[in-house]
Amino acid sequence: MGHVKGLKCRECGREYPVDPIYVCEFCFGPLEVAYDYKSIAKAVTRKKIEQRPETLWRYRELLPVDGEPQVGLSSGFTPLVKADNLAREIGIDELYIKDDTVVHPTLSFKDRVVAVALTKAKEFGFDTVACASTGNLAHSVSAHGARAGFKRFIFIPASLEASKIVASLVYEPNLIAVDGNYDDVNRLCSEVANKYRWAFVNINIRPFYAEGSKTIGFEIAEQLGWKAPDHIVVPCASGSLLTKVWKALKEFKQIGILKELETKIFGAQATGCGPIATAVKSGTDVIRPVKPNTIAKSLAIGNPADGFYASQAIKETGGYAEDVSDQEIIDAMKLLARTEGIFAETAGGVTLASTIKLIRDGRISREGTTVICITGNGLKTQEALQGHTVLPHHIKPSLASFEDVLEKINKAN
Amino acid sequence: MAVKVRIPTPLQKLTQGKEEVDGPAGTIMALVNELDRQYPGLAERVSENGKIRRFVNIYVNDEDIRFLNAEETSVKDGDEVSIVPAIAGGAW
Repeated sequence: MGHVKGLKCRECGREYPVDPIYVCEFCFGPLEVAYDYKSIAKAVTRKKIEQRPETLWRYRELLPVDGEPQVGLSSGFTPLVKADNLAREIGIDELYIKDDTVVHPTLSFKDRVVAVALTKAKEFGFDTVACASTGNLAHSVSAHGARAGFKRFIFIPASLEASKIVASLVYEPNLIAVDGNYDDVNRLCSEVANKYRWAFVNINIRPFYAEGSKTIGFEIAEQLGWKAPDHIVVPCASGSLLTKVWKALKEFKQIGILKELETKIFGAQATGCGPIATAVKSGTDVIRPVKPNTIAKSLAIGNPADGFYASQAIKETGGYAEDVSDQEIIDAMKLLARTEGIFAETAGGVTLASTIKLIRDGRISREGTTVICITGNGLKTQEALQGHTVLPHHIKPSLASFEDVLEKINKAN
Repeated sequence: MAVKVRIPTPLQKLTQGKEEVDGPAGTIMALVNELDRQYPGLAERVSENGKIRRFVNIYVNDEDIRFLNAEETSVKDGDEVSIVPAIAGGAW
């Protein structure tokens, strides 16, 4: 029932069977899932999708699994919120927020990619799943893996703050705290992945895992009434999400689900870690690695694996990329919360602040439909706002004390 | 003295298991082509149409040649060249 033809090297085009492999033996390029779009076009219609449960699996023909979905059966299909208050504030006609602060079960878009990765891990017959992560990915692998009955190994840098790891530890994975920085952890994981037959979601399962990101693109198009927006702004860490959102829209066009496709794709990064934005702005194909220094830790990848492909997608669609300071990130997080009632993690601040700059500079026109991808929940990174929020009003437990404060509040307004 | 070239594990089949081989001074592309004469097949694994492949990193004395003079970067005797496949893993 699957529509996957195999794996294919993005660089040299060499073909491989469907296996837990991720790199071309010949030229070292990344492998990507290749589909039979003719058979998918016959198998899928808008109506068929609409009749399915509201989860990411309603697009299953365009996901790289053979059998029934097994993990993340409640993940995806998050709200596309029409953000009129925010649109007015930033001077744009029609703005939507793709709100992945509420993905089931761990409140970030990583629940999408891990749902696909762990379903594929089951199909491959793995009993152990693993990842290197400091945040959202660790939470999602820990949680999805618990329910799916996998043994789980989560590798983190030992120096990580305790508060950040409770949200993984509660699911009782094997948490491996490595003496070293994040790069050291990644390097170790590559060695572990070579030696043990485990499903490392972002190493040997990466070609399948990354495909889960497409579901954000599918959902945006469906929720806009089977139309692609004029602009989409996507935060970039490795660059994979942006690449896959664009791939999703192209696939919908290819199989006839979308009639028209003229979307421009925009990338958003922190100035303290903006190798993709730097390349786009200077018009080069070469991504120069950087040492990250930003409060947007979930986007802090200095050497982005898919940076080249993300910059190509931006160029291909006539989009652009922007980067923003820590202060701009915080201001945007507060703006989003104040206008639309959505508390995003720092990455959401990056996306909104970059959008504001792109509008100001005329890269995103004020007319047309703009969608911004908010990919994780602010409750996970509350420390970023410490000292930046309004303060509570302290009173005595008496009506008089309350009314004193009330008068001050009314005056201030 | 010659240019010392470090060969990554996946390419050591071509160099009869040698982790390090010697090559001549000159440009990086000339070096690759010369190594290909000694170890046939090496050039097509690391380059295509005279360009180093995107997921192959080449370092001269620890600096990525993309930030030197790319394929035209010149190396002299005593320099150390490393061929390092980028592992398309990454995270997040």
